[in-house]
Amino acid sequence: MVDDELYREIILEHYHHPRFKGALPDASMSAEGMNPLCGDEITLYLKTDGDRIVDVRFDGRGCSISQASASMLTEALRGLTLAEAKRLQERVKAMLTGAPHEPFDEDDDLNALEGVRQYPVRIKCALLAWTTLEELLEAT
Amino acid sequence: MTVDINTTYDVQAIRADFPILQRRIGSYPLIYLDNAATSQKPRQVIDALVHYYEFSNANVHRGLHTLAEEATEAYETARAKVARFIGAEPESLVFTRNTTEAINLVAYAWGLANLREGDVVVLSEMEHHSNIVPWQLVARLTGAKLHYVPFTSDGELDSDALEQTLRLEPKLVAITHVSNVLGTVNPVEEITRKAHEAGARVLVDGAQAVPHKPVDVRRIGCDFYAFSGHKMLAPTGIGALYARRELLEQMPPFMGGGSMIRKVTHASSTWADVPTKLEAGTPNIADAVALGAAVDYLQAVGMEAIQQHERQLTEEALRLLDGEEDIEIYGPRNASRRCGLVSFNFKHVHPHDAAQILDQRGIAIRAGHHCCQIIMRKLDVTATARASFYLYNTIEEVRTFWKALDDVRKVFGKHGGR
Repeated sequence: MVDDELYREIILEHYHHPRFKGALPDASMSAEGMNPLCGDEITLYLKTDGDRIVDVRFDGRGCSISQASASMLTEALRGLTLAEAKRLQERVKAMLTGAPHEPFDEDDDLNALEGVRQYPVRIKCALLAWTTLEELLEAT
Repeated sequence: MTVDINTTYDVQAIRADFPILQRRIGSYPLIYLDNAATSQKPRQVIDALVHYYEFSNANVHRGLHTLAEEATEAYETARAKVARFIGAEPESLVFTRNTTEAINLVAYAWGLANLREGDVVVLSEMEHHSNIVPWQLVARLTGAKLHYVPFTSDGELDSDALEQTLRLEPKLVAITHVSNVLGTVNPVEEITRKAHEAGARVLVDGAQAVPHKPVDVRRIGCDFYAFSGHKMLAPTGIGALYARRELLEQMPPFMGGGSMIRKVTHASSTWADVPTKLEAGTPNIADAVALGAAVDYLQAVGMEAIQQHERQLTEEALRLLDGEEDIEIYGPRNASRRCGLVSFNFKHVHPHDAAQILDQRGIAIRAGHHCCQIIMRKLDVTATARASFYLYNTIEEVRTFWKALDDVRKVFGKHGGR
């Protein structure tokens, strides 16, 4: 009766136990994202060493989908180069908008976001962290 | 439908008039608790709309043929009905698209002509964005200053703060009659009296009041009163502005075009009489006619009966939600101090998630900032859930809604799963 396609275990787990949440005082760059329709807020912090992301945090308030998606992002970006981060961002965006994309490994948490696609209103929630990342990377 | 105010309120007879209430969402009957966003429409209103298009459709105030006369008659009859419904003369009622357009009309037509640099406009912190943003735009153009009257922790307008603000001798006080988030009913008669003593004009945003309680603009005494049709059983795209006639006459036009003129020359034009002066172009005739039918429907049921019915639903919702330790309620606790809506939050679940899960049980509530980001910041939340009632909702629906909150707990855990 309660649809678990949207509220998959992994999403609820990330929501209840966000991975890297909180401000990053020595961040190299940060960006704020907001969904004006619902008021969800995200701040994304990246710390880079040269071209490589060595730390990433998020802060914010919002629904389980937006916060779980941000939590997954912090885990996925760690250790990537900025160019790799950009490619990942494009892949997640393609998955959420139903565009062709290279599939994620079977055990990748990001797969859990695919269920959101059936709920058009919630796609923006899942995208919030990733569009914030997109803006942040464009600004660099 | 036949409704006699003296007999008991027959909610089932009312429900039978609303085709959409037969709908199922998945395998559940629709429970529509998003009436503060927009109301559903009875067969009588839908029929009025169809009848107009199938029988009398023509442009108004022009043309000498039968249909043009019938359309004009239907449009002006609707104006008279809607005006009488709020205690106004037809000449004082301008049709607009909605409350937002009505307030923008006052902001641009009256505001640009009357506000100067340094003038004070008083708003409250419980205003909908539609009674904030137009004033910010006009303040930018004129140099006027905006002052916000806060609300108390119980969700009531801070009357001491209002009195202090009135000492600034504002030009205008623009205030909502009923808050769409807190449910608070503001004492607009008293506010108007005090504001007038301070020399200010008064605009009341009645979007959440006119559908739910008897409203008499003469008793309130305000200068402007704005409301929407779609929240009171009428179609979207039709609303109204009441304004004292002399103010309408003094105001320059809001928009220029057909209908609103008397004489047009190369260099300039003169204006039609009010209210036509403020209705440029072909108006929304069909929806105005349907709004007239909506007023007929509401009057047949009786606004006091509707208010009383909604109060019972609100009391029950407040009683049920108040017993839940994981739920926070916003706004006045006393149902007699508020209109038929309840905003609330789970302490550990975001309202979008709660609303999504309720939708899976066929229950439509709203979750979001409700176009009131200033209230949200003050409550220190980004969003709330809101259940809002209307004449066709039942006490059983309120109880089903309350029971369905357990589904939210099943997904997220009693305390958010932590």
